[in-house]
Amino acid sequence: MQEKTELKIKKFESTKEMNSLMRDYFVELWEASQTRKEKVAWCTSVGPAEILRSFGFRVYFPENHGAMLGSARLATDLIPRANAIGYSPDICSYLTSDIGAYLAGITPMSKVDERIKGVPRPDVLVYNTNQCRDVQDWFTWYGKEFGVPVLGIHTFRGVGEVTKTHIEGIAKQMEKLAKDLEPIAGKKFDMDALKETVKLSRRCSDLWKEVLDTASHVPSPLTFFDGTILMGPAVVLRGDPRANTFYEHLLEELKSRISSGIAAVDGEKFRLYWEGMPIWGKLRDNATLMMSLRTCVVASTYCNSWIFTAFDPDYPFESMARAYTELFIVRNDAYKEKYIDEMVRFFKVDGIIFHDAKTCPNNSNNRYGMPERYKKEKGIPTLVINGDLNDLRCYSEEQAKTNIEAFIEMLAEKKKS
Amino acid sequence: MYCGIDSGASATKVVIIDEKKNICGYAVTKSGIEFAESAQRCLKSALEAFGGKEEDLKMIFCTGYGRYNVEKCTGRRTEISCHARAASHFKPGKITVVDIGGQDSKVIYLDEEGKRVDFKMNRKCAAGTGAFLEEISAQLGIPLDKMAELAEKATQNLTLGSFCTVFTKTEILTLARQGKKLEDILRAVYDSVAKRIIEMAPLEGNVVITGGVIAHNPIVGHLIEEKTGATIFVPPLPQFAGALGAALFALEYDIGKNIDNDKSDKTEI
Repeated sequence: MQEKTELKIKKFESTKEMNSLMRDYFVELWEASQTRKEKVAWCTSVGPAEILRSFGFRVYFPENHGAMLGSARLATDLIPRANAIGYSPDICSYLTSDIGAYLAGITPMSKVDERIKGVPRPDVLVYNTNQCRDVQDWFTWYGKEFGVPVLGIHTFRGVGEVTKTHIEGIAKQMEKLAKDLEPIAGKKFDMDALKETVKLSRRCSDLWKEVLDTASHVPSPLTFFDGTILMGPAVVLRGDPRANTFYEHLLEELKSRISSGIAAVDGEKFRLYWEGMPIWGKLRDNATLMMSLRTCVVASTYCNSWIFTAFDPDYPFESMARAYTELFIVRNDAYKEKYIDEMVRFFKVDGIIFHDAKTCPNNSNNRYGMPERYKKEKGIPTLVINGDLNDLRCYSEEQAKTNIEAFIEMLAEKKKS
Repeated sequence: MYCGIDSGASATKVVIIDEKKNICGYAVTKSGIEFAESAQRCLKSALEAFGGKEEDLKMIFCTGYGRYNVEKCTGRRTEISCHARAASHFKPGKITVVDIGGQDSKVIYLDEEGKRVDFKMNRKCAAGTGAFLEEISAQLGIPLDKMAELAEKATQNLTLGSFCTVFTKTEILTLARQGKKLEDILRAVYDSVAKRIIEMAPLEGNVVITGGVIAHNPIVGHLIEEKTGATIFVPPLPQFAGALGAALFALEYDIGKNIDNDKSDKTEI
C-alpha cells in the first residue's frame, strides 16, 4: 500500500512560458543544423557560452541533454551502449547516457517537438574542464564522430582564494579561444557583441539568483525540485534576452506566492539543503516523498551553480574567467564548507542531504568527510544518500526513502527538545 | 495493549506489550512477498502465544521495509527509530545502536536522553548483513543455525578481504582449495560481517546490538567487541527490537508522549 492521498506538486503558471521557450530553442538548434544557415556550437553547461553566442553560434549543451535523458528515465537503458564501446559504468552517466542515446538514435527532444530528429550537428565543440575531465572526453568523442574541431578551457582545481594568476590564466585561454573560433564562425571576433552578451548573461544570473533567494522565505514558495526544472533557460539560454523575460515573469509569480502565503510544501515543517547532483529519474518521487514529510528542500548548490555574479560587461574576459573559476565545484573543501554554511543560514535550513552520486565524484562532496566535519563543527544534521544523477542502477529507492524518513524523524526529535 | 509490527525485508516480527511495557507475546515469520498477509499471520501467532485478542490492541504501529504494505496500523516509524527506541528501553543513556538486519545494517547514535543525534545505514550492498550469511550458508550447504556454532570452534584467524559478496564466495572457494578448516573459514565469514559494520561508523562506549543476525550469531558481537574495545550489550529478543520499538511508539503516542505522528496521510488509518 502506498500513500493514500496523492500529493500534487504545485505547478507554476510560468512553466508554460518556459516550455514554449525551451521548445523554440530546441527547434532553432535543429533547424540551424539542417539548413546550415547558422553555425552550431556545443558547449559545456558552465563553459564560455557567452563567447560562442557573441559570434552568433546556436549553442547546444549536451549536459542539458543528459539531464533530459535522466528525467525521461531513458538513461539507464542507454548507458550500457556506451559501456559496450569502452566507457566505464563508473564514469559520468551524463556522458554514457548521452553517447548511448546517440548510438541508439534516440533523443527526448523529439518528444518536445516532433520536427526534431536528433541532436544538432555541431560545427565546433567547446568545453571547460571547470566541472570535470569527463566533459573533455565526452566532447572529444563527438569531435571524432562529426569530424569537427574540439576546443577547450583548462581550469584550475581545488582553488581556495581566486587570485590574479587564476584569472589571467583562464582569461588568456578565453581570448585565444575567441581567436580560434574566428575561422570556424567565418567572422571576426566582435568585442561589443561579447560585452552585450555578458551583460544579458549577468542579468539572467541576477534574476535566477533572485528566483532562488525567494526560498529563504518561510514557508518557501519553491523547492529544489522545482528549481532543477526552472533552471533550464539559465543553463541553455543565458545571454539570450528571452531567458531574462521568462525569469522576470517567474519572479513575479514567486513574489505573488509569498504575498498570498502559498507554500510549495503545505504545512512546511522542515527545511533542507541539497548538496550534490539531482537524481534526475526520481525528481517527482523525491519531491512527493518530501511533501509527505512536510519537508521542503529549499536550496541547493546545484541550482546555485548558474549564478555568475562576477560577470561584468566592461571586462568580459576577466569577469568570465572569474565567474567560471569561482564556482563551487572548482573550489577547495574549506571554501565549500564556508559556502554551505552561508546557504544554511540564509535559507534557514534544518539539515543537509549530501547526494553521493556514484558516477560524479567531482560533485559528490561527502567523500572526504565533509558531512561529518560539518555536523560536528556547526551542529547541523547531515545525511548521505547513495544514488546517481542518471544511472538508476546505482540507486536503491527503499534505502533512500528509509534514510530520508529516518532523518526527518530525527529532526522532529531535535525540534521537540 | 499495544502492538508493533516489523515488516522486515526477510522476516516479519510482531511484539505485543501491555500498558506497563511488559512483553505479552511475540512471533516471527518469513516476510515472503505478501507483506500484509505475513503481518496478519504473525500478528495472529503473537496473540495466540498468550491468548490475546486483536480487539484488545489499542494501537498498532508498523516499521520495516513493508511498513506501507500493512494497512492495519495507527502509525508508522522507520526501523531506525524503532531499533533505537527499543535499545534505549533496555539500556537508557548515551549508547550506540547497531542493528544488523536481513538486508541492511544501521549504526544509530543516541544521546543521554535517548534521542537520536546521528545514524548511518550501510550502502546498497549485502555485505555486513544477514543476506550475506544466507548466501554463504547456501554456498556451503550448512544450515544458518549451525554456522555460528561451527565458527566458535575456529582455531586459526583467516581473512576474507573483499567488499563484495560474490567475490567473497570466490575467496571461500580459494581457502577451501587450500585445505583450510571449515570452522576457520566460517569464523572469517563472521569476521567479514564485523568489519563491514565497524567501517560504517566509529563504535565506542556502550554499544547495543539488535536484529536477527546477532540473535542467531552471537559471535558477531564477540568479534565487534574484540575489534573495537566497545562494551557490547545484546538486549533480550534482539530480533524483535524493531517491533518492540514500534509497540513502544504506539503506547507513547496513545498517552500523548509522542506527538510527532502527523507525517501527512502516511501515519493515519
